[in-house]
Amino acid sequence: MKISVNGDPHEVTSERLSAVLDELGYGAAKVATAINEAFVPAGQRTTTPVQEGDRLEIVAPRQGG
Amino acid sequence: MVEFYGTAVSSRLMLGTAQYPSPAILADAFQRSKAGIATVSVRREAGSDQAGADFWALIKELGVAILPNTAGCHSAREAITTAQMARELFDTDWIKLEVIGHTDTLQPDPFALVEAAKALCADGFKVFPYTTEDLILADKLLDAGCEVLMPWGAPIGSGLGLSNIYGLRTLRAQFPDVPMVVDAGLGLPSQAAHAMELGFDAVLLNTAVAKAGDPAAMAEGFAGAVQAGRLAFEADPMEPRDMAAPSTPVIGKAFLS
Repeated sequence: MKISVNGDPHEVTSERLSAVLDELGYGAAKVATAINEAFVPAGQRTTTPVQEGDRLEIVAPRQGG
Repeated sequence: MVEFYGTAVSSRLMLGTAQYPSPAILADAFQRSKAGIATVSVRREAGSDQAGADFWALIKELGVAILPNTAGCHSAREAITTAQMARELFDTDWIKLEVIGHTDTLQPDPFALVEAAKALCADGFKVFPYTTEDLILADKLLDAGCEVLMPWGAPIGSGLGLSNIYGLRTLRAQFPDVPMVVDAGLGLPSQAAHAMELGFDAVLLNTAVAKAGDPAAMAEGFAGAVQAGRLAFEADPMEPRDMAAPSTPVIGKAFLS
């Protein structure tokens, strides 16, 4: 199915967020996630479904002022 | 010592982590600044990119408290989601809440700021709102549950210093017991000293250090200025006057004319 990952189109086969993250190569990376502008806590990734057209945001620590 | 939400911090200088020429210079600047709090952010990460992990390792080595921000957010909803992601990533309920309302000045949107502050405080966040010197907005933010205020000195990254001294002085006087940090717009140590002389509890800056020719030296300069300004405030400065008042005793002067 087609989803958006950080604004770019991606084709994924997994249907749960944790599996999608593995499929996209994040593995055990220190990231936080949101689907369709709503935060998804790390503890809910294994049960959170990912559906066609979803907008997934994946962020990590960065420099800030 | 200054306290934010019950946490004592040894330094009154808070330093941002962006725009340094290299990670080594960032670390050197922090060491010489003796800053007690570092501001950080969250940004998109590509799957194969380890930038987040590398930066996080560098920050942990600094040994300072972490204050994540919601920089770049233009709506309450965006800021709230960003804050939730930051809380998980950095394992802290502190959040420097920025909700920008004007692109050129990066002036906060006061209405969205209060809306986001209410939601985040209710959700257990300890909110450090980036605000203006507006008294009514300050009151609304305190009502929302904020226990710290961070008025701007001038637009972010401008280096203009304190552009509304009357407004800042009035804000400080109106809420004497609220910890306040002058955040943004400082370009020189003398401006930081001035903010501290006005009675602000701390200053937060980034660009002035990171974009200096020698960031580490500038960081040390700001550290000295913050300390000097605070000492001056605590020392109860003299009242200025319009006419001269000789400091050397007049009595006893030799009559030589």
